[in-house]
Amino acid sequence: MINTSFFKLILMKILRVLSLLMALCFISFFLVSHSPIDPVQAYVGADMTRVGAEQRDQIAKHWGLDKPPVERFLLWGKSILKGDMGTSMIYRSPVSEVIKQRFLASLALMGIAWILSGILGFIMGIIAAMMNGSWIDKIIKWYSLTLASTPTFWLGLLLLMVLSVKFGWFPIGMGVPAGVLAEEVTLANRINHIILPALTLSITGVANIALHTRQKLIDVLESDYILYARAKGESGFKLLLRHGLRNIALPAVTLQFASLSELFGGSVLAEQVFSYPGLGQATVQAGLRGDLPLLLGIVLFSALFVFSGNLIADIIYKLVDPRLKEGKSI
Amino acid sequence: MLEVNNLSISFIQYEKGLKQKTIQVISDLNIKISKGEILAIVGSSGSGKSLLAHAILGILPKNALMSGTILYDGRELTTKRQKKLRGNEIAFIPQSVNFLDPLMKVGSQVRSSVSAGEKKEKQRKIFDRYSLDSRTDSLFPFQLSGGMARRVLVASAVVGGAKLIVADEPTPGLHPEVVNETLGHLRELANQGCAILLITHDIGTALNVADSIAVFYSGITIEISPVSDFSGKGESLRHPYTKALWNALPQNDFNPIDGFQPSHIEQHSGCPFNSRCTFKSSECVSKLPLIRDVRFGKVRCYHAT
Amino acid sequence: MTEILTVLSKKKFINILPKLNRRHSTLLRVTFSSLILLCIIAASMLLSNDRIATNFDLKNLPPSMAHPFGTDWLGRDMFTRTIKGLSLSIYIGIIASLSSVIIALILGMGAATLGKAFDTFVTWLVDLFLGMPHLVALILIAFTVGGGAKGVIIGVACTHWTSLTRVIRAEVLQLRSAEFVQISRQMGKKPLWIAIHHILPHLVPQFFIGFVLLFPHAILHEASITFLGFGLSPHKPAIGVILSESMKYLSTGMWWLAFFPGLLLFVTVRAFDSIGENLRLLFDPHNAHE
Repeated sequence: MINTSFFKLILMKILRVLSLLMALCFISFFLVSHSPIDPVQAYVGADMTRVGAEQRDQIAKHWGLDKPPVERFLLWGKSILKGDMGTSMIYRSPVSEVIKQRFLASLALMGIAWILSGILGFIMGIIAAMMNGSWIDKIIKWYSLTLASTPTFWLGLLLLMVLSVKFGWFPIGMGVPAGVLAEEVTLANRINHIILPALTLSITGVANIALHTRQKLIDVLESDYILYARAKGESGFKLLLRHGLRNIALPAVTLQFASLSELFGGSVLAEQVFSYPGLGQATVQAGLRGDLPLLLGIVLFSALFVFSGNLIADIIYKLVDPRLKEGKSI
Repeated sequence: MLEVNNLSISFIQYEKGLKQKTIQVISDLNIKISKGEILAIVGSSGSGKSLLAHAILGILPKNALMSGTILYDGRELTTKRQKKLRGNEIAFIPQSVNFLDPLMKVGSQVRSSVSAGEKKEKQRKIFDRYSLDSRTDSLFPFQLSGGMARRVLVASAVVGGAKLIVADEPTPGLHPEVVNETLGHLRELANQGCAILLITHDIGTALNVADSIAVFYSGITIEISPVSDFSGKGESLRHPYTKALWNALPQNDFNPIDGFQPSHIEQHSGCPFNSRCTFKSSECVSKLPLIRDVRFGKVRCYHAT
Repeated sequence: MTEILTVLSKKKFINILPKLNRRHSTLLRVTFSSLILLCIIAASMLLSNDRIATNFDLKNLPPSMAHPFGTDWLGRDMFTRTIKGLSLSIYIGIIASLSSVIIALILGMGAATLGKAFDTFVTWLVDLFLGMPHLVALILIAFTVGGGAKGVIIGVACTHWTSLTRVIRAEVLQLRSAEFVQISRQMGKKPLWIAIHHILPHLVPQFFIGFVLLFPHAILHEASITFLGFGLSPHKPAIGVILSESMKYLSTGMWWLAFFPGLLLFVTVRAFDSIGENLRLLFDPHNAHE
């Protein structure tokens, strides 16, 4: 069923993403190089008084900071193409290595939240739409709208105050127990530390998908084909399964893939609150301490992450929806 | 077979600003169809004809208020009976392919109307009857041509063994060939004993196939006549609006009347046609005439003979 | 029969009247939410700065009548800090979302009127800005500007124009093909004249609703970015600063440091959200029924 026009479309999309990434490289490099924050200063930090001008120059030279911006961009761009994103100043290891390690930790966190919020939100949306106008619908709508306005980090702080400080059920922060060697960290430890940040992200994550699914299903229920299905004697739960879910599942999955940008932003905040050693925390550290290679690397990586989500959403849509499979517009 | 008495349907709607208002879309409607008969309801677009179909099938929107009675097979058509009968004894032919689930293959959509027996076999048989080959089964609605879509929709109504078919504008903007083919299917079904309620805005379509015609004006039936009365200069017609409608046809005088049909929002106390009528008298303005029998038909006019 | 029906419906109508219909309650909600916000701004002007001066006699007090939100480890009144922080957030939010809406208006109108190349460029630009997670973009921009209110305003303005741009572009495209614009063009009016007289007035509701809907996002992002340490300086009374400081005192059980400021931030955001949402419903012609 898949024809060449489909592959052409995907190829166009990928080319577009590449053009966007290239532009992003340029823009972010330009932005960062115009920052009044001196990376050497930020790197040296409190040792300022003990580091002489000579040493500063050496540090600058070491990172190539003495060269003009255009030359630096070309050098950086060249090595990026080779897959080398430079060395992180604060973690003293290759940027790609830092991102990989940190991203795996974040991926566990975001993955749990993504799946949980997706399923919960979808079910809530369906219930609300089926009971459109009832008090259950009102509660779900109110809850979703309310959560959309809740600052993620405040919610995290509340959970931390109630569940960790008051009840002592969960540790206060850190991805693993403090003072324990990396090899001795058990899976249970990890799970214990991931629950609260994942919970925080899931609680806020349901809002969007629930509201969207609700609206979509209400539209579907008001559609001509549901009217006709009812005229043909279909009703109740079977009607919902046969015609409702079929028409709302795809948009919901697409939306969930397209929401990776918000998920990433949420995880930056949640990781900060719970001191979870993921990519979000590394972003904040890189920004605060002027780690230019790492900051640039994360900007590119996060964009790649979001673009991939959008691309997957597009591909799923084109593969599943029969109307798009033939390359027709709806 | 089907008898609708004093049916009225109204809605509550917001006006500009903060006011609410009740709008009566169908007022005091009376029709009757027997076995083997096609009754066409003719009225301009947006005159609330579709709601009549929805009322018979029991699929009116929740905010609609309905009064009056509907009798099917001599007994009242209650909500419970509607639920039991729709899809099999009472079938619906919708306006367009948009009434099919866009993400479901048409074969399985038609099979859902089969209540008992070998579903696949029955569907195939009906499709064969309307010359839809086996490839059609696995097509999606958007892949159907106009004529195929018509046949699928008719097949879907027939497959459940319908005795009463409500067809709501079944030939909108179609090629004349397709229109004739579809109307031919309806005639054939009526000849086999089905009662058919054909709702349309096109009096030409109605004249083509129906046995009698009910004319709708601003949500009110103003005349019900056998189709044979539509002849000559319309001398045998009863209501001045019906006569005007007949004489406005291209093959007759091609002479349209002035003015517009009042919308439902203007609540009328008298005859809704009075502003355009040459026979207008003071009673026409003050009070809506009752429907009465005149020469084998019915009319709602003080001056009809 | 008809008479009975009209009488019946009239009776029903009278029964409905004393109750509020949906538009009344929408207006009521908008008024209520606006009042909350006015109160916050008024309170921030009335509260004296003395209450947030360091005073070790009053440190670490739990909430009481004198200090409804308690005090912090420097003896500063948390209620005053919160209110002042919020009104600062509101000012920043107004500037940031206004800039964002103006960017959206210019790009959206440009995309719809200045030809295909520019349209493609704007779509590409929208994709570019949607590609970076907002928070990462905000960090990048705040880093470039060197932090402070300026960084927050520029950052929020630069990241929030995308969806409104799409809405305005679609709206302008639709208006351009509308009959009255076509006629106006045939009558020889200049494009600029048409834009000002026929297109801009129709965009006013979009502009206004877009502004109100962007506002809560702007405030939330200001607080987030400040919380992370890229926004307002720690010396300013800002919700982000307050919450970030409170983290150090969480384990001591001083719950009021984080609870009340966050709650008030939440109430503010929710109030604006509700105003925007209700206004949108009020202007949307699709909601006439029901």
